[in-house]
Amino acid sequence: MKKILMLALSLCALAGLAPAGVTVATALAADAGRFDYGLRPERIAENTWVVVGRREDFTTENGGNIVNTAFVATGAGVVVIDTGSSKRYGEQLLAAIASVTDEPVAMVLNTHFHPDHFLGNQAFPADRLFALPATIRGIAADGNAFAENLYRMSGDWMRGTEVVVPPNPLAPGPLRVGRHDFEVLALGGHTEADLALYDRTTGVLFASDLVFNERAPTTPHAHLGNWLSALDRLEATGAALVVPGHGPVSRDGGAIAQTRAYLGWLERTLNDAAERGLDMTEVLALPVPASIRRIALAEAEYRRSVVHLYPAAEQRALARAGQR
Amino acid sequence: MRLFIATLLACTSCLLASPGLAAPARDPLESARWEDMRKLYFPGQRVVFDDRVRVTAPVTAEDSMNVPVRVDASGLPGVRKVTVFADFNPILEILRFYPQGALASLGFRVKLQQSTPIRAAAQTADGVWHVGGTWVNTAGGGCTAPSTGSASPEWQSKLGEVSGRLWLPVAEAPEASAPAQAGKGGKPGQGNEPVRLRLRIIHPMDTGLAPGIPAFFVQDLKVTEAGGKELMRIEAFEPVSENPVFTLDLPPARAAGPIVVSGRDNNGNAINARIAP
Repeated sequence: MKKILMLALSLCALAGLAPAGVTVATALAADAGRFDYGLRPERIAENTWVVVGRREDFTTENGGNIVNTAFVATGAGVVVIDTGSSKRYGEQLLAAIASVTDEPVAMVLNTHFHPDHFLGNQAFPADRLFALPATIRGIAADGNAFAENLYRMSGDWMRGTEVVVPPNPLAPGPLRVGRHDFEVLALGGHTEADLALYDRTTGVLFASDLVFNERAPTTPHAHLGNWLSALDRLEATGAALVVPGHGPVSRDGGAIAQTRAYLGWLERTLNDAAERGLDMTEVLALPVPASIRRIALAEAEYRRSVVHLYPAAEQRALARAGQR
Repeated sequence: MRLFIATLLACTSCLLASPGLAAPARDPLESARWEDMRKLYFPGQRVVFDDRVRVTAPVTAEDSMNVPVRVDASGLPGVRKVTVFADFNPILEILRFYPQGALASLGFRVKLQQSTPIRAAAQTADGVWHVGGTWVNTAGGGCTAPSTGSASPEWQSKLGEVSGRLWLPVAEAPEASAPAQAGKGGKPGQGNEPVRLRLRIIHPMDTGLAPGIPAFFVQDLKVTEAGGKELMRIEAFEPVSENPVFTLDLPPARAAGPIVVSGRDNNGNAINARIAP
């Protein structure tokens, strides 16, 4: 009996090992051609390029190329807005920048503390990395946990990626670099601190993840009220072009309007459900209306958002009962 | 080898012990730990898999510290006790509830350490356990993380504080709308709809598995009518999420007056609240 058991165990072990060995060999052979994000800078205004990511969630297939990054060649060096989701992304972004301008990198901004916006920092000179103070604190505190999570979701694309905390705090207000007059907007709502950059010289607004376009907003650290106020601030810039954090560049303000409509719907849905006394499982089961469903990943993000945001909504509804 | 035969015989006899019940002998969730669960929670007792015990939870957990779960055994008559557990959690048992005067349903949230079935077993008056469940996939880590409360002193002044609210059926409370009752068939204003009761209790619910933080959790809760008649008793364990939220459904006749919630945690701190309709 014992022997049979041992044999069975060793067979299991072999069965487990064999495919793994094959996978390793295949991966090594194919390594050269793989892990190319195919980053293509798209010129959207004078001296201004955007690298548009896919409207997807992290997978081992897209390797985390789901985010928009951008850069401005100011005449006195390049200002880079976000560095992407891995060391490889950062390196390939740097190469993409070099393919369109000879200027050196002057400043790199991390718009907020989510990993797809700063995990490419390793490829850039550390002393050129800037972020809002709360973003610096957030990356220092949670960066490693985020990176670990992306190793799980994006797989080998992440190899060698380590967190580099931006050392330079950025203050809101005017910022002149070379021939460009920027305005640094210190906002919040998508996370505690969201940096938007308005280029007065070209009329381009780099809206960070405060704006999503044709891709549903993500909310793991969101405060919807603050986010909606931040959208008012962004709209007030009167920008001609809006670069969202995810999704295509918007030329008609439609991206801000769509983000506002989505967040407004989400807030109403959750508050209404809490006022009706629904259990979280019942809120997860609510149908997503067709007008919202046509936005990429809307149903998946709605269900994630319920888990993120319903506890606060139900707490407000329960507290109101105490005041009656 | 002898043991092996003994186990086989035992299995055969439990199959024989439930003739006439259309229960599949195999675990519908195909969990490697089902046999352990059966021996641990129902030794020598009759167990059937039963679709009338519904466990609703997301297929993939967004937050392993807060996985929403709703157990509804109200389609099964005569439920005396419901026990909820997760096959692969380091602390298996999540909670038990006794739906004395309430419907046999309860909503709550749990912490999960890894992907696992979440099961509810409802015991009926004849002693038979009716088991339902669902798999939840999670990145995990929910049980060995410290509570957010343990990192800040703020909760101490509010420990055990209850916020609660009652939702009466539409006919009795024209200004409020009753909760959605999927599958219950009740229509607003017909008086057969349950009253919804939701509670939130401020408590860190530390599992004792995070380094240096002892287990500290709400253990007993009683939901009663103002007159003292018990509606539901809940025995909670460590895996229930921080600042527990419970969703109960009560028969309308039971909830005309205020509801009293009382209980204690494993350190003996008392919980007392009164919820007016």
